[in-house]
Amino acid sequence: MNVLGVRAVGEWALLFDVRPSHRHAVADRLRQAAVAGIDEVVPGENGVLVCFAPGCDVDADALRAAVDAEVVTETIPGAAELVVPVRYDGADLGDVAQLTGLAEADVVATHVACDYTVAFMGFAPGFPYLDGLSPTLRVPRLNTPRVRVEAGSVAIAGDRCCVYPGATPGGWRVIGHTDLPVFDVAASPPTPFAPGLTVRFVEDGG
Amino acid sequence: MSSVIVVERVGLRTTVQDRGRIGLAHLGVPRSGAADWRSAAFANAIVGNPADAAVLETTLTGPTLRFEAPATVAVTGAPVDVSLDGEPAEFGSQIRVSAGQRLTIGTPRVGLRAYVAVGGGIDVLAVLGSRSTDTLARIGPPPLRSGDVLPIGAAPVASSRLAVSEGMLAGVLPASDRPLRVVRGPDATDDAMRSLCSQSFCVSTNADRVGARLSGATVDDGGEAPTSGMVRGAIQVPPDGGPVVLLADHAVTGGYRVVAVVIDADLPVLAQSRPGTPTRFQEVSTQQARAASEAVRRELAVASSS
Repeated sequence: MNVLGVRAVGEWALLFDVRPSHRHAVADRLRQAAVAGIDEVVPGENGVLVCFAPGCDVDADALRAAVDAEVVTETIPGAAELVVPVRYDGADLGDVAQLTGLAEADVVATHVACDYTVAFMGFAPGFPYLDGLSPTLRVPRLNTPRVRVEAGSVAIAGDRCCVYPGATPGGWRVIGHTDLPVFDVAASPPTPFAPGLTVRFVEDGG
Repeated sequence: MSSVIVVERVGLRTTVQDRGRIGLAHLGVPRSGAADWRSAAFANAIVGNPADAAVLETTLTGPTLRFEAPATVAVTGAPVDVSLDGEPAEFGSQIRVSAGQRLTIGTPRVGLRAYVAVGGGIDVLAVLGSRSTDTLARIGPPPLRSGDVLPIGAAPVASSRLAVSEGMLAGVLPASDRPLRVVRGPDATDDAMRSLCSQSFCVSTNADRVGARLSGATVDDGGEAPTSGMVRGAIQVPPDGGPVVLLADHAVTGGYRVVAVVIDADLPVLAQSRPGTPTRFQEVSTQQARAASEAVRRELAVASSS
């Protein structure tokens, strides 16, 4: 049982409830299912949303059967890895050190030592929610979100890490910056991040 | 060389819209597209354009456009006065424009957004597969400015052009005797549905292409929810109970409970509702929702093949 339940989201979309550890494998299955008319497959925290083109035959049972045909693995074989070089010069690095009781150098060392996975994307185009943050780096969001966070800002909050794709408001604590283009409409795909991707951060000494 | 139109006066806010960006939601790229998809489809059908041609979407006061070459135009959506070189032109029908003529779109008496289709479509550069302006994600062409020059695609050769009845055109306008139809959402409860469908709401001033916040009453059983993919029409209810209906430019994911979803056939009505418009909801089955959606598509298909 990969699918814990299926809920309709309007007349042209279905939300497949799954364990978080299964979301990528289930999303892959949904993409590969031989079902016509699927516009979008969108992983979220506890589910995968499937959007159909209006007018299509929305067959929840067929899709569920396709996903449940065999047990899915928790890791996707051959998942790609993205290396993100970071200058750890974020405005909140000092506060994160204070909140966690670590030296700034140890915050950085802990952050680069973790392996991250893109849990899902949203909020803004190219914005990845990364799983895998060390529990020692858990800090709350800012009390007052910034009106503008620069593109490439690497930030943490709760049990997640993120990279801001463009200038947006934001409440996560910024610990560093990357020059990696996070979202570029002229690139294909427009972002190097994708759900399920493994991500490693390395300290950019240059 | 393709022909162009020149934006002489921009009006309040006019954007280019088509059916939106499809297939990139998992990367956080929203769909966008015409807020009132029915009126945009009618406009394209009237001039014989394919369904994915880009049109102009006005907000309250429309623009003045100068055509550098002859064109066939249609204006749909919120009923507006349309004039061609100062002479009245017909809303909801084909308008033949000669080279050098100026088309002026006025301010609607009811509704919010008019749609201007030009035979051949507005041929600005597509971004990630769509010419739509996403006002939240800031993808696609920026809103029009006075002096902009818009390329027009090659006029369609198809002779089939939709004649749209007044009834079909008016189907997108808010009417006090016609509640918006909703289906139960993924986080629906009986109390939530009862409070949503038994009370009268009002479109607040906090309404744009991203969504419409409703005031006047609250919905039970709102709250935060695990981050999940969203659809247009989703009625999100935050902890304060004030419902927000997501429209074309909504973000891909959201974190509030979705108690109901406005059916696709009726969402254009909300996109045409100005702040202050009274709004009520009525629950229907998924089957009824699909049938309503099918009925709209049939109107378009019948006409396009006639």
